[in-house]
Amino acid sequence: MSVTILRQGDYLVASIQSDLTDAEVLELRDQLSERVGLYRARGIVVDVTALDVIDSFVARSLGSIAVTARLRGADTVIVGIQPDVAIAMVQFDLNLEPLITALDLDEARRLLDGRTRGDGEDAR
Amino acid sequence: MHDDEVRVTITSDADLVPARSEGRALAQRLGFSRTDATLIATAISEIARNIVVHVGRGEIHMRPLYEDKRYGLVVVARDAGRGIPETDAAMEHGFTSRGGLGLGLPGARRLMDEFEIDSKPGQGTTVTMTKWRFRDELERLRERRGQRG
Repeated sequence: MSVTILRQGDYLVASIQSDLTDAEVLELRDQLSERVGLYRARGIVVDVTALDVIDSFVARSLGSIAVTARLRGADTVIVGIQPDVAIAMVQFDLNLEPLITALDLDEARRLLDGRTRGDGEDAR
Repeated sequence: MHDDEVRVTITSDADLVPARSEGRALAQRLGFSRTDATLIATAISEIARNIVVHVGRGEIHMRPLYEDKRYGLVVVARDAGRGIPETDAAMEHGFTSRGGLGLGLPGARRLMDEFEIDSKPGQGTTVTMTKWRFRDELERLRERRGQRG
């Protein structure tokens, strides 16, 4: 599969390397869900910079990655949505509510750091 | 111009990858902007997936178009499936017959300029969609000069 999943501290970083088939998108979802438990990850970053098309299926799958990870105790941040891909997604009128996005990996890490801290405060 | 006609046979979800990239490449060869090429590739992906999910096999044909002094790109998706009995309902946002989100066809229509769906029960479905390209100033100037002779 043309996705590399790296573990960085408490987070998993999945970098998509090229356009994916539907089957590969679903495989990515399953692998991430499995590894969240395996590595006790608190956050997932999915880098979609290499995707030059995000259609309804891929958008929905990214949403289900986020929801699945949430149930396993991790937050998901999508990074690297290309400007013209963003325009297409808006015209498409997709419901992207479950998705948290950031411009790049650094911002995604800051976002996750903030959210994991926030969780701790909620629990006190 | 026949070199610019592209056909992609769709038999599985793996064929969506070449369908998207061929569509984008053709759009860029025809001078569409990067954004428009993305909109076209996304619309192609939706109608190709529709074929995979509902029929399993079909063909996507893309070609350039010159009409009324406008340049465009036409995408025709054909399948020989059972057809769509309610094409009006299928075009409604949220309508689904297979448990999807029902975004495919209406989404593709929003991404393109023209969209037509022709389907009769038992005779398959043909989706024809067109995107027109905006001409830049230089092209308009050349055309005006050409007209003056």
